[in-house]
Parts: sequence; structure tokens; C-alpha cells
Amino acid sequence: MANSYYDPADLRKFGKITEWSEELGTKFFDYYGKVFEEGALSAREKSLIALAVAHVVKCPYCIDAYTKDGLERGITKEEMMEAVHAGAAIESGATLVHGVQMMNKYNKLSM
Amino acid sequence: MEQSILPEIKKAAKKSLKARENELASTNKQLEILNGGPFAEGELPYFKDKIAEIGHAPLRPRKLEILQINVGYMCNQVCEHCHVDAGPDRKEIMTRETMELCLEVIRNTGAHTLDLTGGAPEMNPNFRWFVEEAAKAGIQDFIVRSNLTIIRANKKYYDLPDFFKKHNVHVVSSMPHYTRGKTDKQRGDGVFDKSIKALQELNAVGYGMPDSSLRLDLVYNPSGAFLPGDQEAMERDFKKALKEDFDIDFHSLFAITNLPISRFLDYLIASDNYEDYMYALVDAYNPSAVANVMCTNTISVSWDGWLYDCDFNQMLDLKVGSKVKHIKDYNEDILNDRNIVISQHCYGCTAGAGSSCQGTVA
Repeated sequence: MANSYYDPADLRKFGKITEWSEELGTKFFDYYGKVFEEGALSAREKSLIALAVAHVVKCPYCIDAYTKDGLERGITKEEMMEAVHAGAAIESGATLVHGVQMMNKYNKLSM
Repeated sequence: MEQSILPEIKKAAKKSLKARENELASTNKQLEILNGGPFAEGELPYFKDKIAEIGHAPLRPRKLEILQINVGYMCNQVCEHCHVDAGPDRKEIMTRETMELCLEVIRNTGAHTLDLTGGAPEMNPNFRWFVEEAAKAGIQDFIVRSNLTIIRANKKYYDLPDFFKKHNVHVVSSMPHYTRGKTDKQRGDGVFDKSIKALQELNAVGYGMPDSSLRLDLVYNPSGAFLPGDQEAMERDFKKALKEDFDIDFHSLFAITNLPISRFLDYLIASDNYEDYMYALVDAYNPSAVANVMCTNTISVSWDGWLYDCDFNQMLDLKVGSKVKHIKDYNEDILNDRNIVISQHCYGCTAGAGSSCQGTVA
């Protein structure tokens, strides 16, 4: 057993979750595969969205997976970093918009 | 990749592994690595066992369609991923005598495609004579794998587009990416600009234009430890970018997987990517690609006339498993009755949509 919570080699074992719950695991991977197919959005666009979300949810496995996926699709590093900023901007915006709540509360409590 | 490794690889990559006396210049060492590690430890299945699952062991040839001749390992570039370990310091060059033997075979072969490769094939001093003679054999599809920069490397090569046109040669050229950064990183500084200029010159004589019979195809192979993406999507992206940015036209894009041998193997090991890459290749194994891998319809000839199942086996010095092993004894019927020699590098040709010198196979 590894003595840290994250082991890069665990990513390649992802599929094994199906072994302990075949029905749910299979449904999940079918769904997952379907989501990233070409659709109204291209698979390339969806790969960049996944990369941005991977950063927002701070999943190291997903960051590795979608950096590699981007490279395979010929996505440039500039495009990848812009996607990360898009995620970061929403995440910081989500924090900052709560500043309005703080302002409201401050004003309510103040004479 | 660890930052500390990068400068070391970059510096070393100016010479071939052979010139650097790197241990990976030894084919035995490469085969030891390919047979060891996760395969010897039972974590990953050997290729022979994997194809046995679908009744393809031993792997056997289909009808011979492609005769691929490597006219020498000398090249004007030293690309980091090169499976040939080619470069200016390589002196292995096919002689005119061996070319004569090849011509005899070309005149009588049942193959419909002749595929000249290298190194930079144009650097062989007898290249033009060989092309002129081979073109007379009337073979259906005559390919020369040109690295593009050779056309701009020296005045004596400037007329290559016209020369190719005169002999109706099908030009297949490497182009790792449509951006300067990624191309130069893999192939060397300045390669992108020279390649763009060479493509424009090929277009100018008619190569690659939408309705032109002068075929110009590009080869894309990943610039790092990852697999190629969808060939059609990549082709769309390349066409759009090269047209918009440089007014360049070409016909098809072949997406080729880097096989873990020679300089690419050296890179994988030095950057600590080898094991992950082998897992990725095995994970992406596609049984439907097996029946059409290129070794099943190709014979590869080396600069010194030895025969191989493919150019990769040639670089691992895995000669054909036939009593006919050399071009001087060439006999297509005997050769076609052989078992193809395989090792773990073969996973590179069965990953995803499959990979061959003609692109995907599945």
C-alpha cells in the first residue's frame, strides 16, 4: 500500500472500480465515453472543458489525463492555459461574488 | 518531465545514439528492455500472447503490397524521436550494386507500391539515378519519404520538387505540428520555417493541390510520450491551420504512433515515461488493427540488402524468419510463407486506430 493518498499509477487502474460494482461501474464508463464523443460540441472543445474542470475540482488524475488528452488532440499549451484560467476565473468569481453577501450583512449590522 | 533531464536530452540529441556510443545503440539492449520490465514481471501481457487470444499467432503475411527500401541512415536532421537513429554522422548508405539488386526485384514484384525511405533518401549519392530507373518499372504508387527541410538544405536539392514531379513520385513528408514551437522542439530549431517553405514550393509545382494527381501527404507523429489523436480530426486541424496561416494545401495526413525503439526509447527512459507509455500502448490495444498491420503486406529492405518485416524490425535487426534473408536471394513466394517476427514494440502498431507508414489501419 502506498504511503500517500495519490499515486500516479492508480490512474491506469481506474477501470477496476467496475470489479466491485459491475453494473454501476459499467454504466458510469458508458456514460463517460458517450459524453466525450463528438456532438454539438467537438471532442476537442470538451477536452478543454474537462481540463478546466479538472483544475477547479483539483483532481490530479484528471489533470494528468486531460493534459495528455489535449496533447493527443494537438491542443496547444496556450489553449490549455487559457482553459485553466477560465476555470480559475469562475472559481475566484464564485468566491468574490460572496463578497456581496458580506457587504449586505455588514451594512445590515452597522448603524 | 523533470526539468533537469531536458537540457541533457537536447544537448545529446545533436548526434545519433551510435555516435554517442549510447548503450541503446545496441539492438540487444533495446530488445532486453522491450522484453523486460512490466512484461517480464507479468504486469503487462507479451504481444505474442495478446494476438494469440484472437488467433493471430504466429502472425502471418497477407498478399505483398508494399516494397519499402531504406537507402541509408544519413540525414540532415537529428530528430529526437527518430526510430532509425538517423543523422549526419550515420554512414550506412545503400551502394549502387545493392540498388541494382533492388531494381531487379522492383521490375518483377507483385507489390503495387514502392516506398523509399531513410534517413533522408535524397542524400544517397545514387538517389536520382535509382528513382529514374525505378520509375521506369511502372509501379503503381511510387513513394519517397522526404523530410521537407532537405529541399531547402543545399542548392543541389532546390530542384527536388521538379524532379519528383517529372517522375510522378508520391511525396510523403513529416510535419509534427502546424505550430513552430512543437515542430522545432521535436525536429530542431528552424525546421518549421524550412518545412513551410518546402511545402509551398511543392504546392507551386502542383503537389498537394485539391485536384492534382501529384500526391503530397503529411505524416504526423506526436512530439512526446503520448499517442496520436484521431487521424481525421488532426487532418482537419492541420488543413485549416496550414491553409489559413501559410496558404498550403496537401492531400492526406497519416497519424503515426511513435514506437518505443532507438532514440524514442532513449527519450522515454530518460524522461521517466517508458512504463506509462507501454501501459498506454497496451491499454489502447485494438484487436481489429492486428489483421492489417503493415508487416502483413510489406517487405522492408535495409541499406545493405537485408530483408525485414518492417522498418522498425530493421532498426532492431530482427531479420525476416525465412530462408530468404537478403535481396540477392529474393523470392516473393518463399518470403510470403513466413512467420512475422514480433516483440513488444509491435503494440505501437495496434494501438487505437492502429498505425503504419500509411497511417491508421483499423
